[in-house]
Amino acid sequence: MADPVKFMVDGQHLQAPAGTLLINAAKEAGIAIPAFCYYDGISLQAACRMCLVEVEKTPKLQVACTLPVAEGMVVHTDSPQVRKARKGTLEFLLTNHPLDCPVCDKGGECELQDMVFRYGAGESRYRETKLHVDEKQWSPIVFYDAPRCILCYRCVRICGEGLGVAALGIGNRGAAAEIVPNKGDHLECDECGACIDICPVGALTSGTYRYKTRPWEMEHVGTICTHCSDGCKTTLGVRNGDIMRANNRDRSGVNDEFLCVKGRYAFDFNENPDRLTAPLVRTNGELKPVSWAIALATVAKKFSEVKAKGGTFGVIGSNHTSNEENYLLQKFARQVLGTSNIDHHRTGDVATLLDALSGRTNALAATADLYTTKAALVVDSDLAQEHPFLAYQLRANWRHHKARVYAVTPGPVREDNYGTGVRAEPGREFEALDGLRSKLAAEPELLILFGAAVKGEAIRQLVAFGDSLGIPVKYVCLVDYSNSRGASDMGVLPDLLPGYHHVSEAGLEPGMNCDQILSAPNLDVLWVVGANPLARQPLAAANAFVVVNEMFLSTETARRADVVFPAMSAYEKNGTVTNVCGDVQKLTKGAKTMGTKSDLDIIALLAKEMRADLGATTPEQVFEEIRTAVPGYQKLPFGVIETGGAAATSPLNGRVQFDPRPELIRPAGNTLFTSGTLGRFSPMLNSVIESPGALYHDPHHRPFIEKGSGQIVTVQDK
Amino acid sequence: MRYNEPSPLEVRVISQRFDLPNSASIDTYLANEGYVAIKKALDMTPEAIIEELKRSSLRGRGGAGFPTGMKWSFVPRNTGKPTYVICNSDESEPGTCKDRLLMENDPHQLIEGMMIAAWTIKSNKGYIFIRGEYRYLIEIVDRAIAEAYERGYLGKNLFGSGWDFDLYTHTGAGAYECGEESALLESLEGRRGVPRLKPPFPAVVGAFQSPTILNNCETFASVPVIIRNGGIWFAELGTPRNGGTRLVCVSGHVNKPGVYELPMGFPVMRLINEVCGGMRNGKKLKAVIPGGSSAPVLRAEECENLPYDYDSLAKLKTMAGSGGLVVLDEDTDIVAVALRTIKFYAHESCGWCIPCREGTTWLKKILTRFHEGGGQKSDIDLIGDLADNMLGRTFCALGDAAAMPTTGFITKFRDEFEAYLKKSQTTAPVPELVNI
Amino acid sequence: MTFSPELEARFAKLLKSYPPGRTRSAVVPMLLYAQDEVGCVSQELIEEVARRCGVTTLQVDEVIGYYSMLHRKPLGKYHVQVCTNIACQALGGEELYEHASRTLGLGNKEATPDGLISLEEVECMGACSWAPAIQINYDFHHLVTPERFDRLIEALRDGSYGKKAS
Ligand SMILES: Cc1cc2nc3c(=O)[nH]c(=O)nc-3n(C[C@H](O)[C@H](O)[C@H](O)COP(=O)(O)O)c2cc1C
Ligand code: SF4
Ligand code: FES
Repeated sequence: MADPVKFMVDGQHLQAPAGTLLINAAKEAGIAIPAFCYYDGISLQAACRMCLVEVEKTPKLQVACTLPVAEGMVVHTDSPQVRKARKGTLEFLLTNHPLDCPVCDKGGECELQDMVFRYGAGESRYRETKLHVDEKQWSPIVFYDAPRCILCYRCVRICGEGLGVAALGIGNRGAAAEIVPNKGDHLECDECGACIDICPVGALTSGTYRYKTRPWEMEHVGTICTHCSDGCKTTLGVRNGDIMRANNRDRSGVNDEFLCVKGRYAFDFNENPDRLTAPLVRTNGELKPVSWAIALATVAKKFSEVKAKGGTFGVIGSNHTSNEENYLLQKFARQVLGTSNIDHHRTGDVATLLDALSGRTNALAATADLYTTKAALVVDSDLAQEHPFLAYQLRANWRHHKARVYAVTPGPVREDNYGTGVRAEPGREFEALDGLRSKLAAEPELLILFGAAVKGEAIRQLVAFGDSLGIPVKYVCLVDYSNSRGASDMGVLPDLLPGYHHVSEAGLEPGMNCDQILSAPNLDVLWVVGANPLARQPLAAANAFVVVNEMFLSTETARRADVVFPAMSAYEKNGTVTNVCGDVQKLTKGAKTMGTKSDLDIIALLAKEMRADLGATTPEQVFEEIRTAVPGYQKLPFGVIETGGAAATSPLNGRVQFDPRPELIRPAGNTLFTSGTLGRFSPMLNSVIESPGALYHDPHHRPFIEKGSGQIVTVQDK
Repeated sequence: MRYNEPSPLEVRVISQRFDLPNSASIDTYLANEGYVAIKKALDMTPEAIIEELKRSSLRGRGGAGFPTGMKWSFVPRNTGKPTYVICNSDESEPGTCKDRLLMENDPHQLIEGMMIAAWTIKSNKGYIFIRGEYRYLIEIVDRAIAEAYERGYLGKNLFGSGWDFDLYTHTGAGAYECGEESALLESLEGRRGVPRLKPPFPAVVGAFQSPTILNNCETFASVPVIIRNGGIWFAELGTPRNGGTRLVCVSGHVNKPGVYELPMGFPVMRLINEVCGGMRNGKKLKAVIPGGSSAPVLRAEECENLPYDYDSLAKLKTMAGSGGLVVLDEDTDIVAVALRTIKFYAHESCGWCIPCREGTTWLKKILTRFHEGGGQKSDIDLIGDLADNMLGRTFCALGDAAAMPTTGFITKFRDEFEAYLKKSQTTAPVPELVNI
Repeated sequence: MTFSPELEARFAKLLKSYPPGRTRSAVVPMLLYAQDEVGCVSQELIEEVARRCGVTTLQVDEVIGYYSMLHRKPLGKYHVQVCTNIACQALGGEELYEHASRTLGLGNKEATPDGLISLEEVECMGACSWAPAIQINYDFHHLVTPERFDRLIEALRDGSYGKKAS
């Protein structure tokens, strides 16, 4: 590395690598240079002129946000001249900015307010009228108030550069300039709300939050989004137990500041009036609210009876609940109920991948690798729809590090817009991969992400393909829900224990899988924890006693139940979840719904009621047990997770013995605007459903190859 | 057409063909030393061409007066990228109407100048960016380009040298800011005419991300005669460091306003009194705006013994700018001129940066109120201070172009502003301060 | 959208004028040339230009908002533009505009009910030495007095404009 550059800021001798922007170099040294338009990670604008500083031997004030530090440079960031410039700029800004701070959503966390407080003018010199333009609503979520807009273009850049959607532009010119949406008077976009959160002032406000609360009335709780498997960190703004908003403005977590429409706005299922708040027990054919004591006793009694007579249990776990809950559920099933009939809705063939990779190290990608890998290959997944954060991260890697991205998919995908896109039907992806072989082999390394269509033997074939390239390759099996990976790791499977050990190692026989449980005519008890399997397949055993842990009664499964336990959502409990890349992160209790309990508590209370000893039963205790008992989780650094970080699991190494049953792998099929059951109960999500096809690509440039055309076509070659 | 009578005091170098019949046609051009310089240039190395330009002390006629030879020498060679030659015929600086005549009366001279630039950097493509209002000139220049193609002066393998050069016109659509070189490039690329971050300068990263020579129309038009007659010859027409002649656009209260080609350093008072036939109606001179509306105004006294060239005007803290000289007589309402000037900049501010966007708007509002009789004594200092808060702090030079003349009017004619207050003040109450 | 053969030829030439992959460059010229034929920048035209140049309609919208000669609503068949910038102002440009406004009964950027004439106060248009100046569509008229202005308008109304020297 070249020698660092030496320079001086406000009397401090500093050094930084050549090319460092002065604004960042100063920040490193604790010297804050104010700025509106400068924003880490997106392009430079130098438009707001707030960051002007004095550089000795240059006649004019210099713009710190675009000025690279130079050897011997002497900078003053707080000279009288600089102070006058800042004050002057703020005065200019305020001439047309309405002073409606008392009713502005941004009041209290507005960058303009803060700047005026620090650097601004005390007295007005303005006698003219302010421009007025009416506020506009661009979508159910996005409102724009032009007079408040300071034209820093952050929204335009995050949408165009960050998301690759480019739904915002600039209209008019001069003092009449304003931000405009892509469809004249409305937006057609991902509705991710990144524009709103990145706005330094209250020009862009959210339909779900506006005029609801003041920022200081909320508690801010960092937890993990519950909608998809990407596991974005989100900060919930909670007031009186209700979630008012979600964002990741502190840029913590695996996702930097990214959140998709679901992460940022679809928390409203949590406050849906249809939430169950009392246990229900079927009496005389009808589900009636009862006390927790009665409900627990009813179930414990039934479980004990069936166990005593050697009856058949079926337990279906969840890919939404925490690792602790999944772990405890399989322990309860195997130890208390004495059954191996346990499974969950599998959305990816993780076990086969682990088996195919046995004996290797460094073959599983962590989330962070998506931002650093030199090249990535996406097979059979529309990331922007199914894994919005992974799509964002690959794009960020391309933007910031020029990573090459290849996509072999049946339909057009966003990656086509900047990478190499190849259209191939599922089943013919290996032909397409062969066509890419020489290019991929020329890469220094590769990260392969594959969707649910690649399962069973195809995974082994894919790994063989990776091996044949002769370069280091890492893999991500794209499972779908917020803790699909955790359910699999925790052994919510009929033939695998936690950590992918075969049940025979514990002297057990493999049990029935999900489909077998549902179609078993002799089933006595079905216990479904946070899932809705009856939406897909009816229950064969007409007389089975059905217990369901759920948030809503209107799922097919809950309506069939004999007892329904009102469950907490992920936003209401502590625990951990494991994301699609195997990174473990911590759930922190934010919201509250009276009358509900966590699935962990429900399992523990049932055990107690049945006088069984499960050992550890608090989230912390169970996590400790996981850390000692589950291979792959043993080395998890507790401190990292406890402080809100993400830590990679390493659930390897060695062959995995199991019955792969690829037909049980069923992708969730969620899009950017759906999220299984949760999505059905989010009024916000249902209000913005956009036509997903319209969002893929620029229709003018790229030939659209119809699905089912049987062609393999390279549509974009970069 | 030339629209005004020539003056015997002119030195006709780049306007020498203006009055010939069919002056725009290639035949007229060829019969009058046309396309001689490019043939000469083809035998010269790029260094030699640049050297000749440096010797000519030709400075950019677009506004900033940057030495042209030096600018061309900044274009990196052999980057593997294509290079471009762009002519700035956006001509939007109030007071300026010379590029119009160059394109209307002698388009081939411009084409030849651009060819020499292209040959110097081995460029294969050039564009003439013409403001949208000049539609008829696009037709004229397109016709000239077509003629040049027909005769083999444009296109493939020119003069058997193996070098290809294609030239096109490109229209603007109403935006002063597109005259700023980087905004022009944005506009050429199909976007809003908003300036680019500099550095890199267009010489290094210009049109289509590639090295580019970008000059004013008159600058290019001056090149053939320099190559033909030599840099020294051209330089000696003017004053030291201010080579050659330039087209001066005189407007306002003189008897014979018009565009005249004069040697650099020609005295301003002789220009008014002899070339332009003196002040209209025998009025007294009050002020001169010497280089387009961006140039700070001069009081009549300051124009005595003032040579019209870059350096002499710079000494008076104003500029020769685009060569537009507006002459104002004793009856002129300076407040009205200041208001009209800032109105223009407020209308043309692209809105990209805060000080320019908000500063021009605020100044326009104050001056409007002042002009209507609602002024206050404190407004005068406020105007000065706001202009000061813009100067040197905006993203591009448009902010300076708005601030400088405003400061000029306030400082040079403060007495008029003060007098204006007394005579105009209405009984209307002074507007209250608005909370900001 | 269908255009005249001349305009189509112009478009074809434009699209070939720029380096490969740079058809976006043609957006502004296409809009302006098409506006001259169609009368304004209609939504249909926006979509057509976007399609031909390979850009999004938002990118076209951004451009239209920026350039003062592009307009979404039709102006008069004859668009009369009066410059009032400093050189014209010095020689009566503002009074000429007032005169035009009064006699035509039009405010800035308004058109007569029959759609024949529209009026606009414009910035300097490069005729300063021959001020005050106006433009009718793309034709310059120099040294315009109120009387000459009235004669020009009369010619617009009786259809003789452009047919005899004015
Ligand atoms: C706001 C602004 C407007 C300008 N307008 C023009 C113009 O209309 N014509 C022009 O040639 N240069 C104009 N310029 C100057 C150009 O940026 C550039 O310096 C010039 O075209 C370079 O050519 P030259 O070196 O031959 O002068 C303008 C500059 C600014 C800041
Ligand atoms: S504009 Fe500035 S100003 Fe804003 S952040 Fe920057 S330069 Fe910096
Ligand atoms: S000032 Fe009117 S044309 Fe220049």
